[in-house]
Amino acid sequence: MERPIRVLVAKPGLDGHDRGAKVLARALRDAGMEVIYTGLRQTPEQIVEAALQEDVDVIGLSCLSGAHNHLFPRVTQLLKEKQAEDILVLGGGIIPEEDIPGLLAAGISAVFTPGTPTSAVIDYIKEHVKR
Amino acid sequence: MITEKEPMKPTDWAERVASGDRRALARVISFLENDDRQGVEVLKELYSRTGRAHVIGITGPPGAGKSSLLDKIIGELRSQGKTVGVVAVDPTSPFSGGAILGDRVRMQGWTGDAGVYIRSMGTRGSLGGLARATYGTIQLLDAAGFDYVLVETVGVGQSEVDIVRVADTVVVVTVPGLGDDIQINKAGITEIGDVFAVNKADLPGSERVATELELMLDLGNHQIWRPPVVLTVAATGQGVSELVRAAQDHYTTLQKEGKLAERRLAREKEALLLRLVERVRREILSIWAQKELSELWAALSARRLDPYTLEENVYKAWKGAKDE
Amino acid sequence: MAEEKDLRKAKEAWEQGTLAKVTARFPERKAEFTTLSGMPVERLYTPLDTAELDYERDLGFPGQYPYTRGVQPTMYRGRLWTMRQYAGFGTAEESNERYKYLLEQGQTGLSVAFDLPTQIGYDSDHPLAQGEVGKVGVAIDSLADMETLFAGIPLDKVSTSMTINAPAAVLLAMYIAVAEKQGVPSRKLSGTIQNDILKEYAARGTYIFPPKPSMRLITDIFAYCSQNLPEWNTISISGYHIREAGCTAVQEVAFTLANGIAYVEAAIRAGLNVDSFAPRLSFFFNAQMDLLEEVAKFRAARRLWARIMKERFGAKDPRSMMLRFHTQTAGCALTAQQPDNNIIRVTIQALAAVLGGTQSLHTNSRDEALSLPTEESVRIALRTQQIIAYESGVTNTIDPLAGSYAVESMTNRIEKEAQAYLERIDKLGGAVAAIEQGFIQREIQESAYAYQRAVESGERIVVGVNKFQVENEQPPEIHKVDPEVERRQCAKLNELRANRDNGKVSQVLAELREAAKGDDNLMPYILESVRAYATLGEICGVLREVFGEYQPAVIF
Repeated sequence: MERPIRVLVAKPGLDGHDRGAKVLARALRDAGMEVIYTGLRQTPEQIVEAALQEDVDVIGLSCLSGAHNHLFPRVTQLLKEKQAEDILVLGGGIIPEEDIPGLLAAGISAVFTPGTPTSAVIDYIKEHVKR
Repeated sequence: MITEKEPMKPTDWAERVASGDRRALARVISFLENDDRQGVEVLKELYSRTGRAHVIGITGPPGAGKSSLLDKIIGELRSQGKTVGVVAVDPTSPFSGGAILGDRVRMQGWTGDAGVYIRSMGTRGSLGGLARATYGTIQLLDAAGFDYVLVETVGVGQSEVDIVRVADTVVVVTVPGLGDDIQINKAGITEIGDVFAVNKADLPGSERVATELELMLDLGNHQIWRPPVVLTVAATGQGVSELVRAAQDHYTTLQKEGKLAERRLAREKEALLLRLVERVRREILSIWAQKELSELWAALSARRLDPYTLEENVYKAWKGAKDE
Repeated sequence: MAEEKDLRKAKEAWEQGTLAKVTARFPERKAEFTTLSGMPVERLYTPLDTAELDYERDLGFPGQYPYTRGVQPTMYRGRLWTMRQYAGFGTAEESNERYKYLLEQGQTGLSVAFDLPTQIGYDSDHPLAQGEVGKVGVAIDSLADMETLFAGIPLDKVSTSMTINAPAAVLLAMYIAVAEKQGVPSRKLSGTIQNDILKEYAARGTYIFPPKPSMRLITDIFAYCSQNLPEWNTISISGYHIREAGCTAVQEVAFTLANGIAYVEAAIRAGLNVDSFAPRLSFFFNAQMDLLEEVAKFRAARRLWARIMKERFGAKDPRSMMLRFHTQTAGCALTAQQPDNNIIRVTIQALAAVLGGTQSLHTNSRDEALSLPTEESVRIALRTQQIIAYESGVTNTIDPLAGSYAVESMTNRIEKEAQAYLERIDKLGGAVAAIEQGFIQREIQESAYAYQRAVESGERIVVGVNKFQVENEQPPEIHKVDPEVERRQCAKLNELRANRDNGKVSQVLAELREAAKGDDNLMPYILESVRAYATLGEICGVLREVFGEYQPAVIF
């Protein structure tokens, strides 16, 4: 049996708009993945610790409030400190084009902006999961 | 870092789990979930260290507030200075094989606490309220030194009974307003519970549910332990310390009466039997796929062959394969 | 009815003759046509589809029950809707400048956007506020910030809408206190606080306290305002965010009115007379892309609410039965791709709101799928409203789409389907119970997921996203929030804490704590705390201690 890919879907920061995160969670489930949903208002510390406890392959971060430049790199930095860079980190939400290079440089593997079909995220995960 | 470059030996994994390494623990649980043989090999190393944790199973219908209650139970145990491992099981979609595991949301406040470890688990084709890897995971958490292991089952219909197979103490959670009579009278529910929680006790009807439960329990034959009924409000934490005390009393009573070891042995035996049955099932399934059988299927379909003779044949084929 | 029979015959003849001939050679584009919400749309509507309609019973006249045609007798012939652009970012100083700019540009009301820490009752130096200060709105930590926010804006001359929910009582108290300092008595204040906690639980996520104490804060505000702020809209019962979360038009009407019913019931339970607070209830809806469906939605909501207030709650004051509403165009309809196309989208949505009889309107800026809007984008959005108001001609007559077979038929259908939802929600024990059980969230999510799948399969076209794309788009200019805002805001906060009378602050907060444990109206205590320059985080912190925090249900 092929093992299901495990994905942690989290909303860092205070933003309560979870439509995108929830639609994606369902799409990932329907693509055969196990999605650990951690809900709203998560700190980067909570997200990383949960990801380690759950032994996930992927962390999906969604943020629509504009706090992504602060929150996303903090997640990758903590992963590095815990020597868990093998976890793929994806970002989504209202993220201006000009912020994307900085996020990629900080270790976010890919950034998905509004209008991205869920199938693109699924394909990306399947191709890039690191183990 | 956990890499594939240098495969670790089961003894190394076991050592890391026993020393409290969270990542190693997380990875070995994944081995168990993925039917990776390494998982069982690690369990072999660790079995001698198990038996110290008090395993509490929490079951009840969907919407009873199991996760919220669990969150508060963790809090109560932490305030007693105890460490807690949690396994929360959610259903896997039979269509896609995927799952959304959402129990963690309620307990996410404990994520930064070094004395708490939470693991979400999909049932992955297992029909009961638990996953196949649940039992092994409990043993791992036990061996990793957690004082308590809490197991939350899938909240669906008939599967609550499974929890008895893994827990020292079973807490059955119910709430007023979910079609109370049916819930309580459902076969077995009063027999599997060691402690009953009537949650959302601030809602009207909770006293009545509690009374009905008491009446049902009075009919039972309880030799060393009469299950108590505790009113709780998970949202405020009301009744939670009583609930935890009841579970702890149950455990000490089992110990005192010498029933704990008995209960655990019965559990091990049943788990062993299930594993053996599963093993045999897989072997038989591999025969299923053999070409020789296709003619027999055709014969069965055309009613030239009866299924009982066929059973004999398959059994002999399997035995033959075993004896070779 | 003989006429009806004749018409039915004539229609059949048309279908079998003229129509069949054409469809045999040129089939229609699709087998089934549906609205954006998935409601079936007929090829043709005729008087047969509105045969049940009784003009006086179901439509009536503007300013008269059941208000289907509008809440005022003259509608836009008397006064245009209030053009109210939601704005706020960074510090109070920057937002104050933007407000003055908007007022100079001809905007007629203010609409304050607060940042997320403010909306969730945290001060700017709270650990969870990191990275969020001043991002989606202005950061307000204390009365001092509020004084700056409205500096030079006479509060008796503008109406101000504040998008604030869980800590609404605190921000309203700050507004009252600013007015006092300007010498404006609270009776003269006009405006709106959103104050709609139920949709926060169901869709928007900026809740703090559990339902019970939240409902108490809301009814305390109702009671306080009925005595002290007669011109203030004490709540804006919001379907907007529920729709943004992905629900359908029918669900938007149903869930919003269900929440409305819950507030009315809570206020009545708290001992208020329905006509003492109901005239100050206001609503807030979304304007989506499907023009006809949206117009029908607004009309259906008006009629349904009037009937609920009259029949269910026995309201006597006609103002209690009037559904007055603000509209915002749909943020979720904006695309990050080819953002200028959004100007056209917003035009259609705004037109729907005006044809639907809105009392005030916010038009989104074209770049909001990318970031906060630039000043230029905000101006275009405001100009869109002005063009509709002054050039399009749709304001010259009242409810111009009434009598359209299609619109009347859709209006009936939306009302009926929303009514059926309300009955289901009543059976679950009302809106609060339905939210706690996750019913509403689940319904919203089902719709959101169905929509996403329809877009991904290409069944639904979004121009520039899944059809008519362009390669290598140039990213447009976007608005940036100065990253220094957070540091500056924290510095101001430290200064405030050092310079105020901290003995006084402890005293008023202690009084607030005691009051929260009892059942006094909390507004006077909050007002005292605000006047003493207790911070938002301190005030909400006291209430968190007493009330606890809401734990969301996880629904998939």
